[in-house]
Amino acid sequence: MSNLAPLPPDWPGGYWLHWGVFVIIILAFVLLTVLIFIWYERRGLGRFQARVGPNRAGPFGIFQSVADAVKILTKEDIVPAKGDKIVFWLAPVVAFVPVLMVFAVIPFQSGALLADLNVGILYVVAVSSVSVIGIFMAGWSSNNKYSLIGAMRTVAQVVSYEIPLGLAIIGVVLISGSLSLTEIVAAQNIPFILFQPLGFLIFLLASLAEINRAPFDVMEADSELVAGFHTEYSGMKFGLFFLAEYAEALVASAIIATLFLGGWRGGVLPPVLWFLIKVFGVFFLIFWIRSTVPRVRIDQIMGFAWKFLLPLALINMFITGIEVVLLPEALPWPIIFVNLAIAVILVVVWSKLFKLGGGRVEV
Amino acid sequence: MKFERFGLGILKGMAVTLKHLFRRPVTTQYPEERLTVSRRIRGNELIWCREKCTGCATCAKACPQGAIEITTGKPEGDRYPVEKFQVDSGYCIFCGLCVESCPYGALCLSYEYEKAKYRRKELVKAKEELATSAEKQPSGYAHPEIEETLPRQTLLLNRDKSKK
Amino acid sequence: MVIKTEPFVINIGPAHPSTHGVFRMRTTLDGEVVVDLEPVFGYLHRGIEKLAEERTYTQNIPFTDRLDYLASMSNNLAYVMAVEKLAGIPAPERAEYLRVIMAELQRLASHLIAVGAFLNDCGAFMTPILYMLREREKILDLFEMVSGQRLTYNYMRIGGVSQDIPKEFLPALRKFVEGMPGFIDEYDQLLAENEILLARSKGVGILSKEQAINISAAGPVLRGSGVKWDIRKADPYSVYDRFEFEIPTGSAGDCYDRYRVRVEEMRQSVRIIKQAMEQLPLGEVRALVPQRLHPPVGEAYGRIEAPKGELGFYLVSDNSIAPYRFHIRAPSLMNLTALRDMIVGWKLADLIIIFGSIDICMGEVDR
Repeated sequence: MSNLAPLPPDWPGGYWLHWGVFVIIILAFVLLTVLIFIWYERRGLGRFQARVGPNRAGPFGIFQSVADAVKILTKEDIVPAKGDKIVFWLAPVVAFVPVLMVFAVIPFQSGALLADLNVGILYVVAVSSVSVIGIFMAGWSSNNKYSLIGAMRTVAQVVSYEIPLGLAIIGVVLISGSLSLTEIVAAQNIPFILFQPLGFLIFLLASLAEINRAPFDVMEADSELVAGFHTEYSGMKFGLFFLAEYAEALVASAIIATLFLGGWRGGVLPPVLWFLIKVFGVFFLIFWIRSTVPRVRIDQIMGFAWKFLLPLALINMFITGIEVVLLPEALPWPIIFVNLAIAVILVVVWSKLFKLGGGRVEV
Repeated sequence: MKFERFGLGILKGMAVTLKHLFRRPVTTQYPEERLTVSRRIRGNELIWCREKCTGCATCAKACPQGAIEITTGKPEGDRYPVEKFQVDSGYCIFCGLCVESCPYGALCLSYEYEKAKYRRKELVKAKEELATSAEKQPSGYAHPEIEETLPRQTLLLNRDKSKK
Repeated sequence: MVIKTEPFVINIGPAHPSTHGVFRMRTTLDGEVVVDLEPVFGYLHRGIEKLAEERTYTQNIPFTDRLDYLASMSNNLAYVMAVEKLAGIPAPERAEYLRVIMAELQRLASHLIAVGAFLNDCGAFMTPILYMLREREKILDLFEMVSGQRLTYNYMRIGGVSQDIPKEFLPALRKFVEGMPGFIDEYDQLLAENEILLARSKGVGILSKEQAINISAAGPVLRGSGVKWDIRKADPYSVYDRFEFEIPTGSAGDCYDRYRVRVEEMRQSVRIIKQAMEQLPLGEVRALVPQRLHPPVGEAYGRIEAPKGELGFYLVSDNSIAPYRFHIRAPSLMNLTALRDMIVGWKLADLIIIFGSIDICMGEVDR
C-alpha cells in the first residue's frame, strides 16, 4: 500500500555542512519550542480553569518562561554530602540528551532532516529508552530513601509502557511497508489515524505514561508523600530535568504527528507550518487531558499497562497483519470503516472483561 | 473494579472543560481594577465622632478583646470629658459589637480595607487619629443613614456573564 | 527464600500537602501498606472553652465564628440556640426564616469546598476546586452584603439576627438559586462518572453501619454508611418542620458514597432556600435582650446539623454574666475516631483520599 514520492536531491556542500546546519536548527528548535510550550500550557490551563494564565511578565506573559529560566539558573547548586557525586552530576545529562537525539530522524519537510535512516522508527524507540537510566541514576545517587522509592516506581512505570508503545507502532509499519520515517510520511495520502484508531489510542496513552504526565504522573504528585527522584536537585541540574520533561512532551507530540497525522503533508501552507500546527494540536490534547482527569494509583497504572493495553496492542497488530496480507489493493474507505468498528467493539468488550485487583490487604 | 463506562465518562468531562475555554475568565486584575465592596463592610479602622461621644464606655465593655481604653475626667453636665480614647487595631477582631452597642451612634467602622502598616506601634490609634475627618469614609454597618449614601456592591453574579 | 522485612514509621507532619490544616499522623508502613496509624492533634489549640468563661454571652459570639471557620453561620446558630434555650428567649419569626436561609447557604459553601478539596487530593490538578471556588465566591458576596465580612460573620445574636437584609439581597439570592442546579449538573457531568475517580474511590475506606453508629459519627460520614439520621428531621429546630426536603443516604460507606451524599445535599439545600424565600414573613428581626444577660441557673444543650455533622454547645449557667461551663461537641473530632479503622490495610496513596473524604476542619478539632 505504499507509493513512494521521489526524494529531493542531496544537499550541496557535502555531508558535514548538512550535519552542522541541522544540529544548530534542532538545538534552537527544541529550546525555543520548549519555552513556548511552557507558556502555551500555562495559559491554556488557566483558560480551562476560568482564570487568566500568567500575564505580568511581558505582554500576555510571554517572558514568563524566561523569568523561570533565570530563576533556576541563579539558584544555589546543592550536592548531597554522602551521595555519589559523579553519578549525581551525570544523571540529568543522561536523562536529557537522548531526547534531543530523537529529533535527528523527524522530518520537518520533505528531505529536511538530519539523518535519513532507513530504520528510523526503531532508532526512535531504542534511543528514547536510554533516558530511563538517567532517572534511576538520579534516584540512586541522592542518598535519600524516598527518592529511591520514587525512582523505582517511575522506572517500573516507564519500562512497562514501552511494550504497548512498540507494538502500536508495528501497525503503522505494516501499512506503510517501511521503518523509515520519511517513507511513512510519504505513504500517508490519507492520515494513518483513520486506518489505525486503536493504534492511535494505545500510542497516545502509552506516550502519556512514558513522559510522566497526567493521568499517570505519580512522580509529580505533591499530595502524596514521596517527592520523586528529583528532590535533591536544585539549580541548573533541576532545570535540565524540567527541560527534559517538556522536551519529552515535544518529542511525543512530534512522533504522533509524524506517524499518525501525516507529518508535514498538507495543502496550501508551507510544510514546516503544517508540522508545527500538528505538533501544537497534539500538545493541546495532552494538556486538555491533564486538566480534566484525576491521577491513577501506581498499582492501577501497572495493571492498566499489562492487562489492558498490551492485549489490545497484540490484537491490533494481528488484525492489521491480516488486512495487509489479504487485501493489499482494496479501496481505503471501507477499510477505514471496518477498522473503526473493530476498534470500538474491542474497547467495549475488553472494558467489560478488565478487572483490576488491588484493594484492601488484611493486616 | 470494572471499566464500566468505557472511557465515556472521561470524554464527557473533557467536553465540560472545553466549554470553559470559550468563556470569559472571572479574574480581576487587582491593583488596577478594584471591586466596590459591600455597603456594610467592617473595614480596618474605627472612626470616632467626638461630638456625639459622652464617655459612657459602653463600647469598651462590649469589646470581647478589651481593645478599647478610655479615661475620662469628672462629669460636666450630661457627659464625661474624654481624656484618652485609644484603640489597638492590632488586637481588634473587627466584630462590630462596639459599634452596635453605642447608644449615641458615635462609633463607626471604616469603609476602606487597605490599611497595612510596617510597625506594630503604628496600629495603636489614639484620639486624634480616630476622629472623623473628610478623608475617612465610614461604612454603613449598624448605621442605616450612612448605608444609603454608599454605592452598591459589585456582585460576581452580575459580572459572570458567561453562563446563560 | 523468605526476605525478612520490618515495618517503618513515617511522620506525615503537621504541615500538610493537602488542605486540611495542621494535623499530624504517625503511620507505620509495611512496604506500601498502612499497618497502624496514630493521629496527633492540638497544634491549633487556642483555649476557646476557657476564654469563654470570662466573657459575656454576647461577647462569645465572635469566638464561635472561629471554630469551624468554613461554616461560621452554623456555629453562630448552634450557640445562639443554646443560649436561647437556657434563658428562655424566643426569636421572632422573620429572624428564624433568615437564620434558615443563612444556614443553608452556608451548607452549600462548606460542601463546595469539601468536594473540591477531595478532588484536589485525588490529583485532578485544581480544575474542580477552582470551579467550586468560583461558585463559593458568589455565596460569599451575598454574605458580605448582609453582614459586612466574608469569613467570620458574627451575624446571629441572642434573640434573632443582628440586622435585617438589605433590599437587593432577595433579587440576588433568587438569581443565584436559579443558576445553582445547572452548575451542579455541569459538575456532575465533569466528574461523577469519571472512570479514574471511580477506580480510586469506590470501595475504598469502607465504614460499616455498626462501626459508624458505635463511634457516634454524624453528618455525611454517617449518612454515607447507610444510616438515615439527620437532626433537621429527627429533632427539628428553628422552622425546619415547615419545609419539604429529602435526606440522601449512601449504601456502601466508601469515599465515593460520601462524595455523592454531599453533592445531593447541595441540591436539597437549594430546594430549602427556594421554599424559605417564598414563605419569608415581615416583622422585626431581633428581640430585646439586655447587654449583660443573667440567665437562670441551669444547663442547656443546643444542637444543629452543621455541614460536617452534629454540632452541639453545652452551656451551664450560674446566674452571672458569663457561662460557668462552655463545652463544644465538635463533629470533626468525633468523625476522626474512625480514621484508624478506615485506613488500616490500604496503601499510602489511599490515605490522603480517605482522610479528605471525612472532611475535617482543624479549628473545630482543636478549639
